[in-house]
Amino acid sequence: MSASASGWDEPVDLEKSAAEIPDPQSIDVPEELRAQIEEYMSRYPDPRSATLPALEAAQRLYGWCSPEAFEQVACVMRLTPADLEAVATFYDMLETTPVGRHAIYVCTNISCSLRGADVLFAAIRDAAAAEPEEFNVRSFECLGACDLAPMASVDGTYVGPLTVEDVPRLLEDARAGRTVLAEKQLAPRLVADPQANSREFPPHPAQEPEPR
Amino acid sequence: MTEKLLFADIDEPGLNTLEVYERRGGYASLRKALTMAPEDVLAELEASGLRGRGGAGFQTGKKVSFLPKGSIEKFLVCNADESEPGAFKDRELLQKNPHRLIEGLVIASHAAGSERSFIYVRGEYVLQAAMLDAALTEARDAGFIGEDILGSGHTLSVVLHRGAGAYICGEETALLDSLEGKRGNPRLKPPFPANQGLYQGPTLINNVETLSTVPVIIEMGGAQYAKIGVETSTGTKLVSISGHVKRPGNYEIVLGTPAREIVYGLAGGPPEGREVKCWFPGGSSAPVLRAEDLDVSYDFDSLAKAGSMLGSGSIIVVDDSTPILDVALKLAKFYQHESCGKCTPCREGTNWTLKMLQRIELGEATPMDLEIMASVQENIIGNCLCVLGDSMAMPIGSIIAKFKEELEAHMESARLRGAATMVSA
Repeated sequence: MSASASGWDEPVDLEKSAAEIPDPQSIDVPEELRAQIEEYMSRYPDPRSATLPALEAAQRLYGWCSPEAFEQVACVMRLTPADLEAVATFYDMLETTPVGRHAIYVCTNISCSLRGADVLFAAIRDAAAAEPEEFNVRSFECLGACDLAPMASVDGTYVGPLTVEDVPRLLEDARAGRTVLAEKQLAPRLVADPQANSREFPPHPAQEPEPR
Repeated sequence: MTEKLLFADIDEPGLNTLEVYERRGGYASLRKALTMAPEDVLAELEASGLRGRGGAGFQTGKKVSFLPKGSIEKFLVCNADESEPGAFKDRELLQKNPHRLIEGLVIASHAAGSERSFIYVRGEYVLQAAMLDAALTEARDAGFIGEDILGSGHTLSVVLHRGAGAYICGEETALLDSLEGKRGNPRLKPPFPANQGLYQGPTLINNVETLSTVPVIIEMGGAQYAKIGVETSTGTKLVSISGHVKRPGNYEIVLGTPAREIVYGLAGGPPEGREVKCWFPGGSSAPVLRAEDLDVSYDFDSLAKAGSMLGSGSIIVVDDSTPILDVALKLAKFYQHESCGKCTPCREGTNWTLKMLQRIELGEATPMDLEIMASVQENIIGNCLCVLGDSMAMPIGSIIAKFKEELEAHMESARLRGAATMVSA
């Protein structure tokens, strides 16, 4: 079929990728990133399975999934950048716009919100608002730590139960890259520790509904 | 009633290391299982009556038996993408006792005749993935995974795969797509994963808690395990309890324990002076029950009979200080965000439900909206590839049915407030 034959009555080839696979000659991929992605690809029967770990590795390097990051990963994985972008936009932890250095995910799902997560999230968001390059504060879906409610994940570390008073130190610890709120971390908690689990309830948030 | 099977020694320092785990009798079940024929291991699983702990509650033994026999390559996938709101039990197992999961995985792979396995851990569980990764390295070095495990001729490779933040990837077919490096969209079933799953090959998918229970069953014998709990829900279950209770956390209970004992006895009930308004017996996807339903026996079939479900075993308690509309809004917002958008009833239904709830909040709704909203829920249920839409429709539908008066009162007061603002403006 010649190129000129394709017209309005020709079916679109849905299998065909939208963009070309980048030419390895023209793309410069940092050696470490390339090695890492190739190692991930070797783990699976189908190398494409390495898409998520590869994008994560690129995000660790560049801070977000930038167009260059997509090109480089695509080049190593022999996929098109569009294939990767389609995947990246699906997942909450992959950023497709530049974001602050420290990821602060505040759980605002049901169990946390019953214990004041919406007020907490607003406090963290407002406290960090002046430094968008430093902090990436997001209201996140259930992080699986409802026993710590309300809680947050600070650069991957779970801390809770948090109060509004914890916010300044939380941000300071994150900024300095040191242990975040050591006494409120999930890691050392015992499973059935009545001491850790039982606590005073935070006062119920004011009945004024938060503007949504 | 509590019994410590999965949570035995759970807080022992260093249980996550091979040394302590083996000292506590770890990997003895694997040694035993590897001397048994795969059919005999499967027979023990079937005799145990174990039902999947991830949410659907399907008989584990039966699920394994659906896999094709013979030398065809089969995959074993562990679903550690725990993201049901209210669920945090797998987190505990991954973090504190990763070797038991590995042991269960190897035994299950022996029974299923699988040589390749994958553990899909949600991306947010950074610490837990690291603990599991370290345990996998130890197990590999000790010869519990790899080629010719303990000289039995059985081979198993394990790949730890981390997600990147998507609730839907906990749905088994979406998880498979995600594991293949794609967007996590659910697939049409049938074909079921047992026939066509990962890379189009037969695949067995099990939850962390289910696999972690396997060594216990091999150790005590399926028949003995079946004596724990009630007839159709055998064994113990990890229950994550959260929300308005004094002692939120993970508890191991014998299936069939009255829910009141869990909510009040173990978790201490709601704070002083407050009453239980409603509770979700199995994560936020389960239809809500009221305080008077607390005497229900906490097992798969009794909860189904009470009009809800056990799901992943996550109880969320809401006390009388919270307007039910707030709860409904949270739910709708979550499912609207997490809908993958593939099926129209779910994509549009979650979106419209959220908008209608916001109208109630703003005082722009009419009582007819409740009926429309209820019919939207009915039109979602059963009409999509996966149950994400149902997961919103079931609790929202139950909230509309059970808290109609409160929602109507809320509507009316919001409307009057709105009218008053207009007059004063």
